[in-house]
Amino acid sequence: MSGFPTLLYKEVLRFWKVSTQTVGAPVLTAVLFLFIFSHVMEDRTRMYDAVPYAAFLVPGLVMMSVLQNAFANSSSSLVQSKMTGNIIFVLLPPLAYWEFFAAYVLAAVVRGLAVGAAVLLVTLPFVEIQFRHPLWIVAFAFSGSAVLGSLGVVAGIWAEKIDQVAAFQNFFVMPLTFLSGVFYSIHSLPAFWRGFSHFNPFFYMIDGFRYGFFGVSDVHPFRSLAVVAVFLGVISGGALAMLKSGYKLRQ
Amino acid sequence: MTAAIEVRDVHKRFGGLQALSGIDLEIPQGEFFGLLGPNGAGKTTLISVLAGLAHADRGSARVMGHDVRADYRAARRSLGVVPQELVFDPFFTVRETLRIQSGYFGVRHNGAWIEEVMQHLDLASKAEVNMRALSGGMKRRVLVAQALVHKPPVIVLDEPTAGVDVELRQALWQFIRRLNRDGHTIVLTTHYLEEAEALCERIAMLKEGRVVALDSTSNLLKRVHHLFLRLRLSGELPEELRPLEHGSTAEVHVLRLKGYEDVEQTLACIRRAGCRIEEMELTQPDLEDAFVEVMQRS
Repeated sequence: MSGFPTLLYKEVLRFWKVSTQTVGAPVLTAVLFLFIFSHVMEDRTRMYDAVPYAAFLVPGLVMMSVLQNAFANSSSSLVQSKMTGNIIFVLLPPLAYWEFFAAYVLAAVVRGLAVGAAVLLVTLPFVEIQFRHPLWIVAFAFSGSAVLGSLGVVAGIWAEKIDQVAAFQNFFVMPLTFLSGVFYSIHSLPAFWRGFSHFNPFFYMIDGFRYGFFGVSDVHPFRSLAVVAVFLGVISGGALAMLKSGYKLRQ
Repeated sequence: MTAAIEVRDVHKRFGGLQALSGIDLEIPQGEFFGLLGPNGAGKTTLISVLAGLAHADRGSARVMGHDVRADYRAARRSLGVVPQELVFDPFFTVRETLRIQSGYFGVRHNGAWIEEVMQHLDLASKAEVNMRALSGGMKRRVLVAQALVHKPPVIVLDEPTAGVDVELRQALWQFIRRLNRDGHTIVLTTHYLEEAEALCERIAMLKEGRVVALDSTSNLLKRVHHLFLRLRLSGELPEELRPLEHGSTAEVHVLRLKGYEDVEQTLACIRRAGCRIEEMELTQPDLEDAFVEVMQRS
């Protein structure tokens, strides 16, 4: 019998025990974003010609919450375990490196989806929203949170201090999510910035996810999914290579 | 029979520090084995190599015949390690911690054994208490329990009694002795040499990453030939006995003698000086003396 289900269970239980911080706080942040931006922008903008701004914003906020929380889960769990030394409890058992990876990433996916679902549920009474292609919604929520969960594993293994993970979050994950089209369609940007957005992997995650709701997107969802899949392959490949070699975990 | 632990020519370097320089060690199943050495001798590094926490640069290590790299799953299932550092996961209660640790080893439905381990380590009343709320001694007990949840045939305890009160120390040794009687191989590192002397059948002494002595505890004690004569006298210690003094206090003189034949001469010398003996005790060398001698010679 393998230890993988237990490691997954432990990682989920870990964030669930402090759900006020790990689920409640990001939901509140997202709802505040929605109220403030939709209030300021509602009368001025229609997205994709027909979608009210608040309705356009909700999927962006949901996906932003999914991505940021998936990253936060794996990265903070790993760096905290390393700093407190209790990482030894998962290094001593007979867990294969890929089981270790899968458990941390899946727990990150669970946290991302839990926060995303909560944001969606809380905003539904205030905004009329469509669910045109639910499978695309699920596909991008899963693949996007898996990419960020894997990135969190990389950051958590690499970082030696909480500040380093915070820096990764604040100077890399946060700007890329904010600049990915959470709050706007890239078609409203000047040509240079529109082109620049195509180099941001987070843009494809949010654009594809939004397609699931409205059936309209800046890029075809298959292309977006392909880009996300490539990133998932590259980042999880890097994380697996780190874990296999024991980088910063086994001397 | 397969050795519980087999270490062959293990080398490990950390940057400029050669932590292990060709360790060879074989510990048969069922033995209570001591690993002694000063700080930085390589004891914890050797344990880390056995546990897969560090990879040897050269050489091989096996636990119950399983190579710690090539067959790491079987090797790790065979090994329970009580780490030196007092680490814990602040999110969980004692019972959750033990159930989770058991699950990591793929052992499910392990409730009965977990309860038994908690009973023996006097943890049952703390089962639902969060790890953060436990005292240092209690956290240490949980670390021991975590190492035992999967019933490993080989148990390694790295300084398990550091900073632990007498009561727990005795309860712990009673439990570990029982496990040893039940067939578990025990490997112990400790700074309390009297513990090692009382518990271990065989001892390896490490210095600067090498095994400098490996023998039964009784043979190691035989290596030290001198005796200690502790005396309380009515007057001053005669001048000619002063060179034999070894750790005397204001009231008690401790003399280091080469053997029993020196006792008579010493007493005669005291008599000649007109001193009266108020108290006298002859003590055998202990493991600490053997340790000091081995470390000085090597």
